[in-house]
Amino acid sequence: MKILVPVKRVPDPTQKAKIKDGHIDLTGATWIVNTFDEYAIETALRLVENGADNTRIPGGEIVVVSLGPDDAAKEIRTCLAMGADRAIHVATSDAEIDALIVVKVLSAIVAAEKPDVVIMGKQAVDGDANQVGQMLAAKLGWPQATFAASIELGADKASFTVGREVDGGVEYKKVPLRSVITVDLRIVGPRAVKNGVTPESHNYSGEGARLPALKGIMAAKKKPMIHAKLADYGAAPAPAIKELSVALPPPRAAGQIVPDIATLVKKLADEAKVL
Amino acid sequence: MGNVLAFCEFNGAQLRSSALANLSFARQAAQAHGGEVIALLVGAGAPAAGPDAARYAPRVVVVDAPALAHYLAETFAPVVAEVARAQGATLISATATAVGKDLAPRVAGLLDAAMASDVARLTGKDTFVRPVLAGNAYSTVQVSTPIIVVTPRQSEFEPATELGSPGTVTASAPGSVDALGAEFVRLDAQKSDRPELSDAKVVVSGGRGMKNGENFKVLEQLADLLGAAMGASRAATDAGMVPADWQVGQTGKIVAPNLYFAVAISGAIQHLAGMKGSKTIVAINKNKDEPIFQVADYGVVAEWEKAIPELIAEIKKLKASR
Repeated sequence: MKILVPVKRVPDPTQKAKIKDGHIDLTGATWIVNTFDEYAIETALRLVENGADNTRIPGGEIVVVSLGPDDAAKEIRTCLAMGADRAIHVATSDAEIDALIVVKVLSAIVAAEKPDVVIMGKQAVDGDANQVGQMLAAKLGWPQATFAASIELGADKASFTVGREVDGGVEYKKVPLRSVITVDLRIVGPRAVKNGVTPESHNYSGEGARLPALKGIMAAKKKPMIHAKLADYGAAPAPAIKELSVALPPPRAAGQIVPDIATLVKKLADEAKVL
Repeated sequence: MGNVLAFCEFNGAQLRSSALANLSFARQAAQAHGGEVIALLVGAGAPAAGPDAARYAPRVVVVDAPALAHYLAETFAPVVAEVARAQGATLISATATAVGKDLAPRVAGLLDAAMASDVARLTGKDTFVRPVLAGNAYSTVQVSTPIIVVTPRQSEFEPATELGSPGTVTASAPGSVDALGAEFVRLDAQKSDRPELSDAKVVVSGGRGMKNGENFKVLEQLADLLGAAMGASRAATDAGMVPADWQVGQTGKIVAPNLYFAVAISGAIQHLAGMKGSKTIVAINKNKDEPIFQVADYGVVAEWEKAIPELIAEIKKLKASR
């Protein structure tokens, strides 16, 4: 199975947001692979490997794609170090692109690479837009399964049953190969991904995505990375969405510590008038 | 000049509260676009809910077909795009619910429309304010495609008020419906008599400090006493203490109730992003240095084991005295 995983690098979300000249100041920011995209790589790996002995299922291949500046090659190497096989780096900057442009590039790459499935994070934790997966599926005329909390490859190897977190429960949706799947947090649960090869009893350990091992980091240096430009895919740096300005939200008024529950209830009733 | 097409979710013969927030956004947008609000109801039973939608929108389009029995982005998105074209819509909106977030970007993709997600405010025909970086900043964006797709946030828009006289309802037949091989298998619903988390007036949330799912029972007693919805931090849902769809936060539900109780929750950025908009926030935590106290209007430094039973008793006392 060939899996295409689009990833984005994002500023480390634990850093405090700073504003300069009406926009987010990213000078000196540290960058990471978007958490949900990291989970997408983990999902892809769990689909193409036998988790019990860490061997690759024959025919399994993971191709990583990222649009970003030259520096982003570092985060792409992280994905290769986790176990992805090769990468395509499309050089651009965040200011030059929007979701529609990303989708144009990705659909051209899908046409050329012909993956069996596209797996990606449900959203990037900087822009929090949650658009690219669904837009890409629309452009390709492919089905979609968003917010995946579990994925099971069908016995026929031709479909996935995806558990999706929706309002009020979990919806199970079946999609054929040649679909776009976007993953949510719980996709990295111990038994969230079933590929019919990893034994049912196998529990993936730890939390989140796997960390690259030293061997993986060394191997990643030799893995192929194609360097491309927007124009190679017929895309131009002309975004239809422009950020006019960014502001920090107004701070909340300082609260008070109350000595006991009786005082709390009195204040909630008389002062805040919410009881 | 263009109309605003508001995709509305419904339950039986009634619009969902999320749809009322969308219609309220759509009214503002229609004014900016110099057009009308057209409510769009798609799926099994849509005609039954048409009259309810007409209480809030001057025009209502209902689309029903056996093939649209279950929501699927693959079948619903072409219907929305088709109606948008037919009705001369320059803006399409769907509340940022699980359905809206799944559907709207697919509609945008079909129409080559750019999209503004999770919108908190509209500041012009094509300019929107939306949270970024987990709600730590608000970005004003300008969208320049002929058709704009928007998912307004339910918590940021008051429910639409009723019109003086009801609008008109028209039924429209879908073109050919093709699910592209996708199938709805089943829904494992979390059954609950409590209000929906995203539009509850009071929310009671527990965090990692609750230690296990059994301990949440006492919070549920508090919730039932107040007619509240239950919530949780990501630490609690990730640990499997409570269902995943209780999660409040950047990656879970965004809530803005009148009253929010954060019990044994430390207050990670990702949790705060989901509840900072609440009108009154109460934090109960045994550690006075937890960041949750920085956003709380009222804080009590206490162990939940002692504080919550006391709180339940005090509220009962208050209710009895009225």
